[in-house]
Amino acid sequence: MVGEETSDEERAELRETLGLMDPIHVQFSRFIVNASKGEFGISYQLRRPVSELIVERLPATIELVVISALIALVTGTLLGVYTGINRKGFLSDFVLAVSLLGVSLPTFVIGILFIYLFAVILGILPSFGRGEVVDLGFWTTGFLTASGLKAIILPSVTLSLFQMTYIIRLVRAEMMEILQTDYIKFARARGISENSIKYKHALKNGLIPVITIAGINIGTLIAFSIITETVFQWPGMGFLFIQAVQFVDIPIMSAYLVFIAFVFVMINFIVDILYYLIDPRIRVKGDVASG
Amino acid sequence: MTFLKINNLSVDYQMRKETVNAAKNVNIEVNKGEILGLVGESGSGKSTVGNAIINLIDEPGKVSSGSVILGDLNIHENSESIVKYRGNKIGLIFQDPQTSLNPILTVGEQLIETIQTHLKLSKEEAKNKSINLLKEVGIKDAEARFDNYPHQFSGGMRQRVVISLALCCEPELLVADEPTTALDVSIQSQILELIKKLTKERNLAVILITHDMGVIAETADRVAVMKSGNLVEIGETKKILTKPQENYTKSLVSSVPPTNKKISRFVIVEKENSDKKENNIKILNRWTKKGIINQDLVQIKNLSKSFDNNFFTESSKNSVMAVNDVSFEIKEGESFGLVGESGSGKSTIAKMIVNLFKPSSGDIFFDNICITKIKQRSELMKFRKQIQMIFQDPYSSLNGRLKVKDIIAEPITLHNTSISNIDLNNYIYDLLESVELTQKSADRYPHEFSGGQRQRISIARALATQPRLLVCDEPTSALDVSIQAQILNLLKDLQEQLNLTILFISHDLPVVRQMCDRIGVLKDGKLCEVSNTEDLFLKPTHEYTIELLRLMPKIESIYN
Repeated sequence: MVGEETSDEERAELRETLGLMDPIHVQFSRFIVNASKGEFGISYQLRRPVSELIVERLPATIELVVISALIALVTGTLLGVYTGINRKGFLSDFVLAVSLLGVSLPTFVIGILFIYLFAVILGILPSFGRGEVVDLGFWTTGFLTASGLKAIILPSVTLSLFQMTYIIRLVRAEMMEILQTDYIKFARARGISENSIKYKHALKNGLIPVITIAGINIGTLIAFSIITETVFQWPGMGFLFIQAVQFVDIPIMSAYLVFIAFVFVMINFIVDILYYLIDPRIRVKGDVASG
Repeated sequence: MTFLKINNLSVDYQMRKETVNAAKNVNIEVNKGEILGLVGESGSGKSTVGNAIINLIDEPGKVSSGSVILGDLNIHENSESIVKYRGNKIGLIFQDPQTSLNPILTVGEQLIETIQTHLKLSKEEAKNKSINLLKEVGIKDAEARFDNYPHQFSGGMRQRVVISLALCCEPELLVADEPTTALDVSIQSQILELIKKLTKERNLAVILITHDMGVIAETADRVAVMKSGNLVEIGETKKILTKPQENYTKSLVSSVPPTNKKISRFVIVEKENSDKKENNIKILNRWTKKGIINQDLVQIKNLSKSFDNNFFTESSKNSVMAVNDVSFEIKEGESFGLVGESGSGKSTIAKMIVNLFKPSSGDIFFDNICITKIKQRSELMKFRKQIQMIFQDPYSSLNGRLKVKDIIAEPITLHNTSISNIDLNNYIYDLLESVELTQKSADRYPHEFSGGQRQRISIARALATQPRLLVCDEPTSALDVSIQAQILNLLKDLQEQLNLTILFISHDLPVVRQMCDRIGVLKDGKLCEVSNTEDLFLKPTHEYTIELLRLMPKIESIYN
C-alpha cells in the first residue's frame, strides 16, 4: 500500500489505521464483526474496498460457472443415458475412452491445448479475456455481445470437462443398474413402451443421485475456476484471488474464502430441498407409520 | 377348453464356455378358470418358463425353440409381436412387491400409464378404472390411496397393487412368479385368496410358480413339477401330491415337513438308497460335554428394545417397541423355537442374546449371570465364546475374501491364542467333517460352495468355540426344501451328540414343529404364549396362535 519513499512515521500511522498493531484476538474479533456485516476491509494492493471488488468480479465468475455447469449437466446426462442404454456400440466405447481422458488430464493442460488449437492454429476463438461486456448497472454481462459469447466458449468448456465426464460415468452406472431392477422388468411385463421405460421410469430414478453430486460439484466448479480463470485471463474472482495470493492481500483472500464457504453451504441447502421435492420416499417419511 | 398351450418350449443361455438349457422341450397346457401350479427347486427352470411365455428372459438367454399358443394366437411368431400381448393378454406378478413398483411414481400414475398403453381411454376414464381395480383387489379408501407412492403401502398391500397393475388391461392369462414368498403367512393367505377369487370371477388362466408345496396344495387345480429344465410330471394336484409317479416327485413331496405330526428326522430327497452311515462327530472328543442338567441356561426377564431413541430424544412416547416386555427361559439341552411374522421382534431378541444389540430395559441371564450388565471386555468374551449364532443368509454371512479354514480358524484363535498350528488344522478338519464337508473344502473360498454347503460352513464356524447355546436365525429360509431337510437333520444330530442348547428362530411353522421342544409365539414385540410344541399345535390357547395355525398353508389339506 505504500511506496518506496514512504517515511517510517507514515508507515507506522498506516499500520495504526489498519489496526495491525492490535493484539491478534482483537484483530480477529474485529474481522468477525465486520465480516458478519459484509465488510472485509480494504485491499492492500488495489486500495479499494474488498466487497466492491468482489461484486465487480462476481458476474464474470458466475456466468462462467453457470455456463459450464449447464454444459456438464446436459451433455453429461445425455451421453450418460446413451452409453448406459447402448452399452456395446462403437460410440459408447468412444465416449467412455474420451471421458477417461477428461478425468485424467488436469484442467490447465486442457485449457492450454484448447488455446493452442482454437486460438493459435485455427484462430477462430479468443484466447483470453471476456470480450466486450454490457453493463446493466448491477451486473456486467458478456452474453449480449458477439465477442463476449465467443470468449466464454473455451473457458466454460474447459471448466466443464472434468464434471461432465464424472456425470457421464455416474449416469451410465445408474442407468445400467436401474434397467436391471424388478420394477423395470415389471414395467416391461405390463407392455409399457421402451421409450417410456427408459426415459420416464429409469431416467427419473437415475437422476436422484446425480442431483446430489451435481450440487456439490457446482461448488467444486467455482473452486476449479481459479485455474481456468488464470489460464484464460478471465476477469473473475478466481483470477482476483490468485493475484491476491501473489501480493499477500489478506482481506481479498479471506473475503473470497468466506464467500466460497457461503456458496457451498447454500448449494447443499438447495440440493437438500431439491432432494425432498424429487424423491417421494423422503418427502412423506412422517406418515409411513400411519399409512 | 385349453387356453394356453406351450409346445416344446426350450430356453438356452449362451454362456462363454457352454450353452445352458434352462428349459428343455416343456409342454404345458392351461385351461381358462384354472390355476396351474408350477413347482420345483431353485434352478429347476420354473421361473424361466414363466418369463419365456412373454419372452422376457434376461440376457444372454433366449427362447431357442417351441411355440406358445394363446387361444388361437401364436404369440411367439416374432419377437416384436410379443410386446403387444404383454400386459394386454398376459399379466405377470413378481415375487417381491418391495421392488416391483417404481418408487418415484405414484400408484395412480403407474396404473394410468399401463391402462393408456393398451386401452384407448381418456385419463379420466383410466383413473376411474384404476380406482375400481384397486377396490377390487381389496385396497380400502382407494380414491385417496390412488395418489400414494409405493413405499406408503405395506408389503401385502403393495402386492395387491402389483396384482391390480397386472390385471388392469384385462389379460386372460396371469403368470404369478412366487407371488407370496416374500410375505408373511397371514398376508400370504389373503393374497392367495385374492388370486383364487379373481381366477373365478374373471375366468383367468393362471400359472402359479412356487416352491411351496403347501401353497400348491391349497390353491392349484393342477400341478406341473420341474427339475433342471425338464418337466417331470403334470397332473391333478391331488394325484401328484398323494400318488406321485416319478421318483423325483415322490422325494420332493416327502421332503416337505408335515404340518400335522412330528417326525424324528426330515426325509431327504433322493438319498434313500444311499446307506445311512452314522455321522461320526470327531469334535466330540474335544467337547467339554456337560451332562444334561434340567435347569435354565438362558433366562430372559422383562426384555424390551426400542430403536428410535437417539442421543437427543430419549425414548419418546411414540417410539416403536421392537421387543416389548418379553420373558422366557431356555433349558439346558433343549431346542426353543421363536416364531412370529416379520417385524415381530424375533431377530431382535436373538441379537440381544448374542449381545449385538443392547436392550433398552430388562435383563438376560446366561448360566445365572446377568450378561447385559457386564462392562469388562474380557468378561464378555467368556460369554461370547459360549453363545454362537447362525445367520439367515449364507451368502452374506461368510467373508468372501477368506478361505474356509481361515473363516473357521478365526473364532478359535480369538478365544484360544495358545493353540498350535497342527492342532488348529486338525480341529478345523474335524469340524468340517462333523458338518459333512470334506477336508479339501478348507482351502477353498466360500463362492465355490452352494447355499446349503455355505450354511454348513456357518455351522462349523459357530461350533468352533464349543458353544453351549446356538442361536439360529432362520437358518434355512434361503434354502430349497431338500437342502433344508439336510441342514435341519444336521442340526438335530449335532444337538443330540453335543448336548447343545438351540434357540431356533423361524417363520415356518412346520419346520419349527419338527425342530423344537418348546415354542414361544411373538407378535409385534410381545410374547403371546410359550408352550410345549405338541401342545401348541394341538391345543393352542392364544387367539393369535390359533390364527397363525389356521392360515399356515398345509400340504395335508389335499386329503380333505
